[in-house]
Amino acid sequence: MKIAIASGKGGTGKTTVAVNLALALEDVQLFDCDVEEPNCNLFLGFELEPVEEVTCLFPEINPDKCTLCGDCADFCRYNALAALPKKILLFPSLCHGCGGCSFVCPAGAIEEKSRSIGIIEKASSDTPLTFFHGILNIGEAMATLVIRSLQRHIDESRPAIIDSPPGTACPVLAVLGCADYCVLVTESTPFGFHDFLLALEVARALKVPVGVVLNRDGLGDSRVEDFCRAEGIPILLRIPNDRMIARLYSEGIPFVKEMPEWKEKFEEMFETIKALACKSTGVQ
Amino acid sequence: MKICISACGKDPDSEVDPQFGRCNYFVIIDPEIGSVTSIINPGSEASGGAGIRAAEAVVGAEVDTLLTGSVGPNAFSILSEAGIETHSGIKGTVAFALREYQSGKLALLENSNASTHSGMNKS
Ligand code: SF4
Ligand code: SF4
Repeated sequence: MKIAIASGKGGTGKTTVAVNLALALEDVQLFDCDVEEPNCNLFLGFELEPVEEVTCLFPEINPDKCTLCGDCADFCRYNALAALPKKILLFPSLCHGCGGCSFVCPAGAIEEKSRSIGIIEKASSDTPLTFFHGILNIGEAMATLVIRSLQRHIDESRPAIIDSPPGTACPVLAVLGCADYCVLVTESTPFGFHDFLLALEVARALKVPVGVVLNRDGLGDSRVEDFCRAEGIPILLRIPNDRMIARLYSEGIPFVKEMPEWKEKFEEMFETIKALACKSTGVQ
Repeated sequence: MKICISACGKDPDSEVDPQFGRCNYFVIIDPEIGSVTSIINPGSEASGGAGIRAAEAVVGAEVDTLLTGSVGPNAFSILSEAGIETHSGIKGTVAFALREYQSGKLALLENSNASTHSGMNKS
C-alpha cells in the first residue's frame, strides 16, 4: 500500500507528517519524492549512500550535417529547439528527451546523448527505517523523471509512505497517480483552504481516496473542517499549534521521538487509512 | 532598417504589449521605406517555451531592432545570437513606441529582464 502525503503548497507540515508517521510505524518505507526540495532527511539525519544516477536524453546536432531545414524545431512540442537562420539552438531545460527531433531529422544530423539530471540516494542499511530520496539537479526541470526512478525502488510488499512534492503540477500527478491513499496536510486559514481545494481537485481527478491532517489546529478558523464534514472527507489527525511541537520542529527533531503519546495517534491514523484505502480500492 | 514591436493588434494604432513571449502580434515597421507589416506571435499559443517560439519568429522576419517590455533568458539568448538589438520600456500605441525609440527614450536591453515562465499566468 502506498500512502502519499501531499499539500497544495509547501510549508504546511507535509514533511513533518510523513517523517513522524514513518517513524511511528514498524516495517514501513519512506520515500521523499519532493525532489526539488528533499527535506525528510533534515529530520531523520540518516547517513546516505548513492543508489543510481538519473539521466535524461537530449539531442546533439552535428552542424556539418544539419541543413537548417527547421523540421526538428517544428516538431518539438516543448519548444526546446529554436531554428535560427544560421544554427539550431537547444534549450536543455525545456527538453523532455522524447527523441522526436532525431527521428524527424531528414539529414541524420541529430544524435541522442544523455546527461545526468539528478540522483537517487538511500539510507545505509543499519538505519531503523527504509528510506530513499531523490535530488533533482538545480536548473533541471524534469522532476518527474527523478520521481519515476525513485518509485521503482518501492517494495510493493510493504507499506510505503511517500512525501509528495507540493503544488498541483506534473510531479504531484506522478506521485498521486500511483498512490492508494492520499493524506492532504493543510492549515485552516483562508490561503490554506484555497490550496487545499486545488490539491483535493487533483486527488479526485486521479480517483485517489483522500483524508485530511489539520496542522497547527486551533490557529485558523473552521472552514476546512466544515467543508470536510459537508463533503464526507475524514479528518485523520489534528496536530495542535503546540509550543513543544514547534520547538522540536525548529530543532529538526521529529516530535514522535520526544512525545511518545503521538506514536499511538499516528498508529491509529495508519489503521484508519488502511481500512479506508481497502474499502475504496480493495488494496490490502 | 526593420523595427519590430510587440503589440496587441496588427497596425501602428494598436496598443503595445510589453510581454514579449505572450503578445498576440509583432508589428514590423521600416521607417526608411515606410512599410508596415505584422506577424502573429506563434508563442502566444504555446504552453511552454513561448519566448523561444516568439524569438524564432522575430529572427525569421529578419528584423534589426525589437521594441518590447520584458524578455526571458531563453528568448534573449536567441535575440542576441541573431544580433537583434532589444529595447525595453514600451507603452501606449505602436506608433508612439516607435517615436519614443527614435528620440532615444527606450533603453537598450543588455540582459534578459524577466524570468522563464513569467508570462504564464496571463489568462
Ligand atoms: S528530444 Fe524531444 S523534447 Fe528534446 S528537443 Fe528533441 S523533440 Fe524536443
Ligand atoms: S531537422 Fe536535422 S537537418 Fe533539419 S534543422 Fe534540425 S538538425 Fe538540422
